Parts: sequence; C-alpha cells; structure tokens
Amino acid sequence: MGVGIQVENLNAWYGTNHTLQDINLHIPANHATALIGPSGCGKSTFVRCLNRMHETNPIARATGVVKMGDIDIYKDASPVEIRRRVGMVFQRPNPFPTMSIYDNVISGLKLNGFRNRRILDETVERSLKSAALWEEVKDDLKKKSGASLSGGQQQRMCIARAIAVDPEVLLMDEPASALDPVSTSKIEDLIFQLKTQYTIVIVTHNMQQAARVAENTGFFLNGKMVEFDSTHKIFTNPSDKRTEDYITGRFG
Amino acid sequence: MRVKFHQSLDDLKEKLLVMAGMAEQGIQRAIEAYRTRDLSICELVFRAEPSINRLEREIDQMALDLLAMEQPMATDLRFILSVIRINADLERVGDQAVNIAIRVREMGAFANADLPVDIPRLASLSAAMVRKALQAFIEADAELAESVLALDDQVDEMNDAAFYSLSNLIKEKPELTPQSLNALIIARNLERVGDHATNIAEDVIFWVRGADVRHNSSML
Repeated sequence: MGVGIQVENLNAWYGTNHTLQDINLHIPANHATALIGPSGCGKSTFVRCLNRMHETNPIARATGVVKMGDIDIYKDASPVEIRRRVGMVFQRPNPFPTMSIYDNVISGLKLNGFRNRRILDETVERSLKSAALWEEVKDDLKKKSGASLSGGQQQRMCIARAIAVDPEVLLMDEPASALDPVSTSKIEDLIFQLKTQYTIVIVTHNMQQAARVAENTGFFLNGKMVEFDSTHKIFTNPSDKRTEDYITGRFG
Repeated sequence: MRVKFHQSLDDLKEKLLVMAGMAEQGIQRAIEAYRTRDLSICELVFRAEPSINRLEREIDQMALDLLAMEQPMATDLRFILSVIRINADLERVGDQAVNIAIRVREMGAFANADLPVDIPRLASLSAAMVRKALQAFIEADAELAESVLALDDQVDEMNDAAFYSLSNLIKEKPELTPQSLNALIIARNLERVGDHATNIAEDVIFWVRGADVRHNSSML
C-alpha cells in the first residue's frame, strides 16, 4: 500500500542556484498528485528530492524534512533503501537494452539479492499484469529484449520494473510526453489503477493529463510552490493569479 | 502566451454582444409596438428573429470549437461556459420579443382599452435588468451582476400585481377579456425577460468569481 508524504521546509540547491525554496506540502497516500509549472520551475528537482536522487549530483544539496509514512528519508534510511521504497519512471523509457523483458522487470529485485526463481517468475507476471503489459509480452518474456518493444510498451515495462520491487510511492517524471496518444491513454489508465496500491506523484507539462489523472495538483514557479489544491479547484478556479495566468496560457 | 486563443475569446465576446444588441432591440421594438399599436414595428421584430437564431448557432459553434481545440482552463473555461448559457438566454429574450409582438398584433383586432397595468414600466425594468447584466458581462463586474439579482423581485411583484388587477378586470368587464388576457401574457413575457437577465447575471458571477449562485445557492 502507498504511504503519505509529508514535506516540510524543503530547500534544494544546484551549486549556488537555490532551485527549491521552502516547500511545504502533504501528499496523501494512494492518490495521484500532479506537479505542474513552466520549465525550470523546480518540479523535477522536487520529485528527485523524494527519492534522494537529487543528491547524486555532486554539486547538489537539499535541506528540510521529507517523511514517507513515519520514516524521515534523509535521516532514517539509506538512499538505496529509499529508492527501493520509491520507484521512478522517467520521461523516456529506459530499458536495459541487452536484457530480455523478463530480466528488465526483475533487475531491481536481482540488485536487492533475490534469486528464488519461483518468486521471480511470480513477480514478473504480477508486475507486467499491473502494468497492463502481460498479455502483449507473455510469450516473449525471455526471447525478446526490452528495447525491441514499442515506446509505449517500453514505458509500461519500465513501470513494471519500478513496481516489481513493491514500492510504496511511484514518481513519474513526464511519463507519457514521448508517447503517442494511444500509449498515453494506456499509461493514464494505468495510473488510475496503480494509485489503489501506490502513492503516485506525476510531473507533467500536459495540464489536461494532470486534470485527468490526479486528485491533487501543485503549481511550481521559480522554485516555489505557489498553490496546492484539489485538481478540480486548480483547473476551474485557482486561488492564486499566477496559477490562473499559467494554466490559461497568459504567460510561459 | 496563447495569443490566437485569447483573440478568439475576444471575438466570441464581440459576437455575443452583437447578439445581445439584437435581443435588446427586439424587446424595445416589441414594447414600442405595444405603446403605439404600430403593427409595422411588430413586423420588424418578426423579421429580426431568424438573424438572432442564426447568431445563436454561430456562437455555440465558436464556443464548441474553442472547447474542442483549445481545451481552456479556469477563467477561460468559465467564460466559454458562461457565453454558451448567456447565448441561450439571449435567444430566449428574442423569443419573448416575438411573443410580445404576436400579442400586440392580436390586440390590434380589438378596440383600445384602458387596462390597469403599466406594461411600459414593467418593460423598462426588465430591459434595464438585461442592460445591467450585459454591462456586467462587458466589464466582468460581479458586483454589478449582483445588483441585477435584486431587481428580479421587483419585476416578479409587478407581474403578480398585473395578474391580480387584470384577473379582476376580466371578472368585472368580461368584454375586455381578450385585451386583458393579451396584456397578462405580455406581463408574463416581460417577467420571463427579467428571469433571463437574472440567469445572465448569475453566469457573469460564475465567470468572474467561479461561484455558482444559481437557485439561491453558492457553490465555490
């Protein structure tokens, strides 16, 4: 099951560039939360702080508190442990090109030391079913490489790979921006189903997509979170004029 | 900046104001026809109606295209929804003008009678409501729109009073029944114009504030 995320006074820097400033918000468990804002506003940096990927850049640092359930991810757990609990899906599908579909899906489990074949088989089937890809690839699991799939299939395989390690949170950084409309709607349907099991945070430039899949939406601008509210409120009657101006295309 | 989209919204607003002008003119002409019993003015009202109907369809199509092509959000989405509703109300105002003109033509078949109802005053109040509601739309002024809602009670009261006095007249002077019935229906038509003005004002409030104040409720 997903867990709620509590963010308190989160600040992040790249070198001297203060990219996130005093972010406070609560992301509810088992909901999809969308983050929108113009390029460079800090929304991707924000999600990278939620799985401690931000700190992998040598000039980057972050301060503040990020709690997932009862765990302060910067104090109570290692980055490796956090990344097992927090899956991530990126803009472009990133399969391991030389691995089969099967090996792609279980790569995270293998890294965590799982070797039991029966458990691995079950995990592959469960994950691919959850990612709505099982029926399309079940006969080629070990015959085809992950890279041989279509873009939309690759992205769903990456989602299967992310959920194979049984995370509590799924971060999605523009997961459908490189996909065609049919593949995009499959990913959106998937998000709808996955949020019953995971807490989902999705960064998107596509506001209609945010409106379709997320219960809550946060608007970032210049490293600050301007507004966080129900998606309904943000897209029909936002409280802050800057949000209104952004979503109606009056700037940006 | 979505320059083309925002230009299209301005075009939509302009077209709705053309429609509004025609609907208002219809009511003014119908009342002038009532006051003067000039059937040629009734003809003008009848002839204008197809243009109002055509404009209604054109505005709906423009709004539909913008919804489909531009996927508007927030204030733009509320604006387009309000335009669609106001468009329908204006078309109905045009219909009321035609209804009044039909009654005036009917009344022409009978001798003039001194009826205990001040139709021009009722018309002037209803027309003022429409004008104020449209001014509120032009200026995106929710407070002005609220002032329209308050006027609706006055129009309703005048219509009720007209019903009461004309019903009594029919009892007292049955020979004046046709004129009385026509005047009664005209009063009712004008009361409906006031209702349409109220709807327009509510749509302006929805557009400007995002608040649904229809049916005496407020949903943010």
